Amino acid sequence: MTTIRFTGPDIPSAEDLANCIHCGFCLPSCPTYVATGQELESPRGRLHLISGIRDGRIEGTPRALEHLDLCLQCRACETACPSAVPYGRIMEDARAAIMANEPAEQPPAWRLRRLALRHVLARPRRLRLAMAGARLYQRSGLQHFVRGPLAPLLPSALRRLEAAAPVLRGRPFRQTGTLASPPAPKARVAMLLGCLHGEMYPDMHRATVTALEHARCEVVAPPAQVCCGALHAHAGDAETARALARRNIDAFERAGVEAVVVNAAGCGAAMKEYSRLLRHDPNWSQRAEAFSTRVKDALEFVAEQDFAHDLGPVDRTVTLQDACHLAHAQGIRTAPRAILGAIPGVTLREMANSDRCCGSAGLYSAVQPQMSAHVLEPKMASIAATGATTVCTANPGCTLQLETGARRHEVDAEVRHVIEVLAESIEAGRSR
Amino acid sequence: MLPPKTVPTELTTLIRDLQEALGAENVLHLPEDLAVYEYDATIERARPDVVVFPATSEDVAAAVRIAVQHDVPVVPRGSGTGLSGGAVPILGGVLIVLTRMNRILEIDADNRVAVVQPGVINLHLQGALEPFGLLYAPDPSSQRVCTIGGNIANNSGGPHTLAHGSTVNHVLAIEVVLPDGRVVRLGSRVPDAPGIDLRGLLVGSEGTLGIVTEATLRLVRKSPATRTLLAIFESVADASEAVSTVIRRGVIPVAMEMLDQEIIRIVEPRINAGYPLDAGAVLLIEVEGVADGVAADSAVVEQACRDTGAREVRSADEAAERERLWEGRKAAIGAIGGAAPAFYLLDGVVPRTKLPQVMTRVQELCREYGFSCANVFHAGDGNLHPNIMFDPTVPGATERVLELGGAIMRACVDAGGSITGEHGIGLEKRSYMEWVFSEADLEAMRAVREAFGPSDRFNPCKMLPGGHGCASGHAAELDAHLAAGAYV
Repeated sequence: MTTIRFTGPDIPSAEDLANCIHCGFCLPSCPTYVATGQELESPRGRLHLISGIRDGRIEGTPRALEHLDLCLQCRACETACPSAVPYGRIMEDARAAIMANEPAEQPPAWRLRRLALRHVLARPRRLRLAMAGARLYQRSGLQHFVRGPLAPLLPSALRRLEAAAPVLRGRPFRQTGTLASPPAPKARVAMLLGCLHGEMYPDMHRATVTALEHARCEVVAPPAQVCCGALHAHAGDAETARALARRNIDAFERAGVEAVVVNAAGCGAAMKEYSRLLRHDPNWSQRAEAFSTRVKDALEFVAEQDFAHDLGPVDRTVTLQDACHLAHAQGIRTAPRAILGAIPGVTLREMANSDRCCGSAGLYSAVQPQMSAHVLEPKMASIAATGATTVCTANPGCTLQLETGARRHEVDAEVRHVIEVLAESIEAGRSR
Repeated sequence: MLPPKTVPTELTTLIRDLQEALGAENVLHLPEDLAVYEYDATIERARPDVVVFPATSEDVAAAVRIAVQHDVPVVPRGSGTGLSGGAVPILGGVLIVLTRMNRILEIDADNRVAVVQPGVINLHLQGALEPFGLLYAPDPSSQRVCTIGGNIANNSGGPHTLAHGSTVNHVLAIEVVLPDGRVVRLGSRVPDAPGIDLRGLLVGSEGTLGIVTEATLRLVRKSPATRTLLAIFESVADASEAVSTVIRRGVIPVAMEMLDQEIIRIVEPRINAGYPLDAGAVLLIEVEGVADGVAADSAVVEQACRDTGAREVRSADEAAERERLWEGRKAAIGAIGGAAPAFYLLDGVVPRTKLPQVMTRVQELCREYGFSCANVFHAGDGNLHPNIMFDPTVPGATERVLELGGAIMRACVDAGGSITGEHGIGLEKRSYMEWVFSEADLEAMRAVREAFGPSDRFNPCKMLPGGHGCASGHAAELDAHLAAGAYV
């Protein structure tokens, strides 16, 4: 691999880049800048690199691309930016413009990642097979063996990756069709099941159905839906992201719903951006526009409904991790707090820097394990300082990362999606 | 594969020496890494030859000594938020980035003193002082990112400079690495240090005399009561008149900030600070003290504003409400970035009483040149910040904007003012120095600089016009460009 140039349809636009006035207000909001103190790992630095590579002033060397790759894409810099620089999409565009080069030119690690995303995440059957293997691994006792006697023989990177694997709880959630049909429904909504989500955290989906039903919504899950494509877009595979977006738009249009409810902040943020992803596609741009306006995060949607009736007590002291793609990408901060605040028995203890990334960032924890662990450390300290015994999230990736963090840093806290705590309260109310 | 880049031997040995002294992980030298250290918050661009990240004063001193051995320039850098090109290594050399020296070493609440490393972010210090009911008074608008070291180098001000004075009034003592690598301690933790006040000389010297590696800061107590007033005017001239009237009637608020209609229309939709979109100008005035005093002073302020034409005066006592009002002010400059393809931020100062006249002149000049201009500034200090908005892709626009900037600076000087209120001289305003100082004045400054070390060692080509090597090559090119200043 030599130096790389941007190419293809997604080259970051001059207008987007021109918004940056180099004021540096983004620096302290950026987890990788805070960790390194280096401009190279800051939003302003990355924008400068992108702009330089775009205009041929800076060479797209492997080293330069590493700096782009070390970005978590948490978009905290967008919240901090007074000039409204659309950093998230500039970074996605830059990565797509790198991956639009011939395969031999692409950074090998990026290429490998794209292969995995294309051929596993985007393929439900293969994904399920892989997950079935993982389940077998955990239950057969093989995991015990790997973590016990075999551990010293494994390379540390593999050991760390293995330790970060989620505990697969219960049956996967793969149900489609009508999931709930309360009498006299107030709305008909569809749920995104996601690629890994229902396999890894099926209870989040069950809780979401419970909450939506409680708010008197008819809930459906169109069977033709697929992975949202967020990870593909983040990794520069715009092509696959667009293909998945088209399939989802088609699947959800057929369901004839008022809202597409998404309980994973990362997926919701990506689906709200389908309109931009497909803006150059004359056959799809309008449909994508209409679709994106119907996408709602589950917490955003539930908070707007009549959900606070008949709630039972839940005895939990919680702290809330603002999912980056909820707080920074979708600008939703009050909904999770409003929901937690409505649950009797729940005490919310805010942590310091609750909207600072936990280091999960989609595939990041797997591809940048060192920096991911570095970013996780202060997060676990903030959590521990609250004394909360439940950490609430709004995204499965964060849940996975914080569960790993709790084990690694010996923080005695359960990790739950806000909607799971709400569902507990709904159940408690029913059984009263 | 590309052929390996050939690096001049001298540079190779410089890099190797720095790596040996500071550790390879604290030295950057690849072109793509150096590229992100070629800027600050201005449009000036120049790449250093090597970037180092010291962790201690000894590291800084070692890096300086190595630079001396290799006879290359040294430029210090904090967060890179400067507005005059001060941290841009115009002649290359070693860029010493102080962001890793970011520890607060001591807070002595009873004696109201804090000891910090230069890379501490201003707002982080404020946060650490909060539990003690103390604050460090200088509060530049970039305080959430700028460092104490940068504040000292530029003698930074901020909205609250009006009551508390700029940085020089809040630095008791400093540890400094001199241009030959010696480490000295200047000033004293207790008042009235004996000897020549070199501390005062260093503050505001823009990294030309030494690199601050530790600072002992004076803290002030947070007032028990604070009220923020938002006075709404039909015109900038009325609001300017109000500023002088308030002070004439015997009240010195801790801050008096003005935002004109242009800037309100840019910032309000994004920040929702509560500024009315149809106002000609607003004044953000803060009064502090004991509760009774605050009430009495605010009454005077309010009456003065009404007497000079304010159509409404709102007040906020709660912290959240006050912060919201301030948020619009603090984010204003950045928000312009989203509103115009480019803008040129000026920094001038005039006697307070000349504000109405100078502001009118600024507006006339902008009309004459055909650019729109947004004003947000420290009105209480007479410290103007016109932001001229333009599109640099229009042929000739940049040149005309620079010319306009020069004309506005000239108007400030003609009104008895000066060419910078707080952003420093840096590269941007070197050539304006002759407008406010005689050749003898400048010679005296150069003599001081030479007494500390050769003028081409520490931050060459900054602050003082002329200088060895500054009138040739890249710097000369820039100089022509900079004849009228250039922050775009």
